[in-house]
Amino acid sequence: MKHIRTLNKSVLKESLKNGGCGECQTSCQSACKTSCTVANQKCENRSK
Amino acid sequence: MIHKYKLSGYNIVLDVNSGSVHVVDDLAYDMLDFLDKNVKEMPDETLIDHLRQKYSLTEINETHCELYELYKNGELFSKDFYAPLAKNIGVSPIKAMCLNISHDCNLRCEYCFASKGDFGTGRELMSLDVAKKAIDFLIKHSSSRKNLEVDFFGGEPFMNFEVVKETVKYARSLQDKFDKNFRFTITTNGLLLTDDKIDFINKEMDNVVLSLDGRKEINDRLRLTTNGKGCYDIIVPNYQKLIKDRGEKDYYVRGTFTKYNLDFTNDVLHMNSLGFDQISIEPVVSEERLDYSIKEDDIDTVFKEYEKLALELIEQRKKGNNFNFFHFMLDLNQGPCAIKRLKGCGCGNEYISITPNGDIFPCHQFVGKSDWKMGNVNAGNFNNDIKDYFAKANIYSKEDCKDCWAKFYCSGGCNANNLQYAGNVLKSHKLACELEKKRLECAIMIKASRKKH
Repeated sequence: MKHIRTLNKSVLKESLKNGGCGECQTSCQSACKTSCTVANQKCENRSK
Repeated sequence: MIHKYKLSGYNIVLDVNSGSVHVVDDLAYDMLDFLDKNVKEMPDETLIDHLRQKYSLTEINETHCELYELYKNGELFSKDFYAPLAKNIGVSPIKAMCLNISHDCNLRCEYCFASKGDFGTGRELMSLDVAKKAIDFLIKHSSSRKNLEVDFFGGEPFMNFEVVKETVKYARSLQDKFDKNFRFTITTNGLLLTDDKIDFINKEMDNVVLSLDGRKEINDRLRLTTNGKGCYDIIVPNYQKLIKDRGEKDYYVRGTFTKYNLDFTNDVLHMNSLGFDQISIEPVVSEERLDYSIKEDDIDTVFKEYEKLALELIEQRKKGNNFNFFHFMLDLNQGPCAIKRLKGCGCGNEYISITPNGDIFPCHQFVGKSDWKMGNVNAGNFNNDIKDYFAKANIYSKEDCKDCWAKFYCSGGCNANNLQYAGNVLKSHKLACELEKKRLECAIMIKASRKKH
């Protein structure tokens, strides 16, 4: 494309197929003791 | 829904429901003002009339064609698939526990949400008996979850080191029997770090959070020992030794910024200059009447500082210095699944906090709020009504969140802050929201910078 550069695909919709296992790290176990941020957590199952 | 913004020379478009991010030129950016969730195959006359003043008809048709292709592929104005899913989210097994092993602290940090260490409930250390009962409680309520997390927190956990060690040993002894995998983390102010404690952390802790606010004069203004002195000169060498011995295991040097250091980029860079490459610094959460609190009037200053930090991160990476800033971490190609993003942090549903006397609260920030006590591990009682309440608290049950562009990234924010500052778990803490959205815009811009348009 000439006018648009897409950085990623439909990552959210895609994750409905194989997400939801509940085994991921809970966000408060990382470094966000007061400013909770879920989006920077890792999913271990789907990256295998 | 889309969110578009300009930052540091980039025109960025986030398609909220798909998670796709597009970097576009000025024409595409302007054209999006004339499009909505029903993009037609051909541009309409109104759009052409407006844009012809700046762009050629060929360019307009070409750009519209590209935007239409994204729309057809579900990467622009994509539909919301998630609202019906949110309605079906139920209670989850409990898989994570904040173990307040010490309601005592050897620091008296001015801004401490734990009332300088004791959470307002009096200074107390957790006994091994309570800690073991907490581990038993976690296993019992974890159902089929394999990965269980325990965070040693306080207060200062190392004021109760023997119980920390024995608790880890006890949990490890139960792993095979119950087919569980315990992951431990610990948060420390660094004052008590001796060689044996550093060895213990580096062997047993999957993650360690090391508290430091940045430059010496900043850290020592609010992070004071019990005799009123700063702690920087004691803790920094301890952290440097710990990190040197830690290898590839996770850690974060984590600070708090306040009204006194709205130039916190300098603190992040200072921490990096000390040899730390995993860094987090968060805005203080406090009542507005306090001198150090961040107020609405400060938002523009903080926004500019986040932008400055983002640009600094990009510059440092060009030089090969790949330090990581926690709140700019963003995996656009995967990250958490949609279900996780709907549910948020898990507070009160899959995550709980235990006090030294065995009381159960929804999370470490709810400790001491008696209305939210969920039970006690000694008494063996547990209030499932509160658990049910938190299980239903998701980004579609929070009025301010369901139509917000950032909902899949903050996942509804911090329930405790919502309660404390907006008066209701299901309402948003506006200041925290604004800062979170700015951090997200910066994080996406950093991704866009990897390859120029």
